[in-house]
Amino acid sequence: MTGPLPLAAQGRPRASIRVDLQAIAEMIEPGSRVLDIGCGDGALLDYLAHEKNVDARGIEISQAGVNACVAQGLSVVQGDADTDLKDYPTRGFDYAILSQTLQATWDPKAVLEHLVRISRRAIVSFPNFGVWHVRLRLLFGGKMPVTGTLTSAWYETPNIHLCTLDDFVDLCRALDVTIEQAMVLDSVGRPKGLQAPGRLANLLGEQGLFVLTRGG
Amino acid sequence: MTAHPSITTLDSAAASFTGKRFVIPASDPLRLDSGVELGPVTVAYQTYGTLNAEKSNGILVCHALTGDHFVADRHPVTGKPGWWEAIVGPGKLLDTDRYFIVCANVLGGCMGTTGPKDLDPATGQPYGLAFPVITIGDMVKAQARLIDHLGIDKLFCVIGGSMGGMQVLEWCSAYPERVFAAVPVATSYRHSAQNIAFHEVGRQAIMADPQWNGGAYQAAGTQPQRGLAVARMAAHITYLSETALHRKFGRKLQDRAQLSYGFDADFQVESYLRHQGSTFVDRFDANSYLYITRAMDYFDLQAEHGGSLAAAFEGTKTRFCVVSFTSDWLFPTSESRALVHALNAAAANVSFVEIVSDKGHDAFLLDEPEFHAVLGGFLNGAAEHRGLKFK
Repeated sequence: MTGPLPLAAQGRPRASIRVDLQAIAEMIEPGSRVLDIGCGDGALLDYLAHEKNVDARGIEISQAGVNACVAQGLSVVQGDADTDLKDYPTRGFDYAILSQTLQATWDPKAVLEHLVRISRRAIVSFPNFGVWHVRLRLLFGGKMPVTGTLTSAWYETPNIHLCTLDDFVDLCRALDVTIEQAMVLDSVGRPKGLQAPGRLANLLGEQGLFVLTRGG
Repeated sequence: MTAHPSITTLDSAAASFTGKRFVIPASDPLRLDSGVELGPVTVAYQTYGTLNAEKSNGILVCHALTGDHFVADRHPVTGKPGWWEAIVGPGKLLDTDRYFIVCANVLGGCMGTTGPKDLDPATGQPYGLAFPVITIGDMVKAQARLIDHLGIDKLFCVIGGSMGGMQVLEWCSAYPERVFAAVPVATSYRHSAQNIAFHEVGRQAIMADPQWNGGAYQAAGTQPQRGLAVARMAAHITYLSETALHRKFGRKLQDRAQLSYGFDADFQVESYLRHQGSTFVDRFDANSYLYITRAMDYFDLQAEHGGSLAAAFEGTKTRFCVVSFTSDWLFPTSESRALVHALNAAAANVSFVEIVSDKGHDAFLLDEPEFHAVLGGFLNGAAEHRGLKFK
């Protein structure tokens, strides 16, 4: 790159974002302060900043991802959900988003507690290990399931703390975290019209998407 | 020994260098952190581009220890291109067609801003060691007076590397409402023990030179060239990396086929360092080197804020872009990371990138495409938020 992009190029329409990110974006009130933890290439941040006038910040573990985000004009720092959330002030954000990352953290319980501390609302999504075909693969195949959502073999997966939707609900209860909203998504991230949380959601949902708060 | 002719040139010519001058009058002096009031103070500076009608496109560039305000001009002593011409100029990252770029020689410097080699109005003699000890905060106070003088209430951006980055952080802490965006590069919120140690080696080298004459070398007609050159040689090593030194020189011999079994510069790396030292004395004043290194040593934003670095940035609205380089062992990434943690704790809007480079601390001055891409993106994003409109 030899020089700055012309500003006209920055006003370009946002490319459409992943369907599951779209579901998250729809939950965000315009003009709010958002921290996206594990923001990847910054697609959601970019969308929120430009379509919803959000004060959007990100944390990303990969330095290449961070550099790409900052080069797009996004406010992103290199950091790790497991170690860096403790720095952020209590209620510093309206929303803290953790999309498809909780299952890859060392200490999901501590991460969840930080999420509800630093934000008014935490939005968390993760793959559901209780979905019927995962259960079947383990039951009849006898091997760790590899699916459209869980794409890596057991020895190379970043997902070290997989859980089912019901497991997650139990953890929220144990931590006195209120589930304000819950939905299940299909394999491409479209919301499924299922009562969630619940036994059927835990059986049929590929992914869970939760909005959490903690009073006080 | 008579004065080195080119040093005489620096002494007498600094006042006549091209560039602009602003004088802080004795009637309204600088109030230094030491308690001393200093005035009149001349601030030598350079500007590039045009200030817009809203006065919202000003960028202050802060220079490093041995830098000066000739960011994008041919250097008046060495004849070399400006030290940040890689990114400052028409159509470049700091685009002079868009922004009004200001850079001032720091307080205590030797390229036109008042420093120890200038005449003390009280005595009519060069200040020498009578010059008050200054701090990074004092340098920034002088810059703030210049920015007042230029009619700029809020700078679009303050940017600088190394000691320049310290000034950026000082600006954000002391004048948060005057800085929209800040880019501290290859720097720290405080000088480490190791960095103070290297500076002390440099100062001792200067003061051990008999030509230094207790700092009154101008009156004595001498110049501590040997001492200043050794200081520069030691410092120059800290600006590079082992990898870069090895790649450039390895164990290659200088103009000879075999070892001389003596203390001549057998190795290319020795010859290179000697050259760095000997050319430096042509363009820099030894007492300025003492004062400016001291200012860096004293810098500690955390201590100044009761041990809490986050307190230095409490309530800040500034957009930060913190940049470090992987092979910089003088201002390592860990320092930038500590700064970022404090900025996070202050709920600041912060971006932080670590650039992979094997060029050491000096990487910030060199052609580093990824650094430049990140900087361009950050500035564009900030300009959009600031509502800057460009043709």
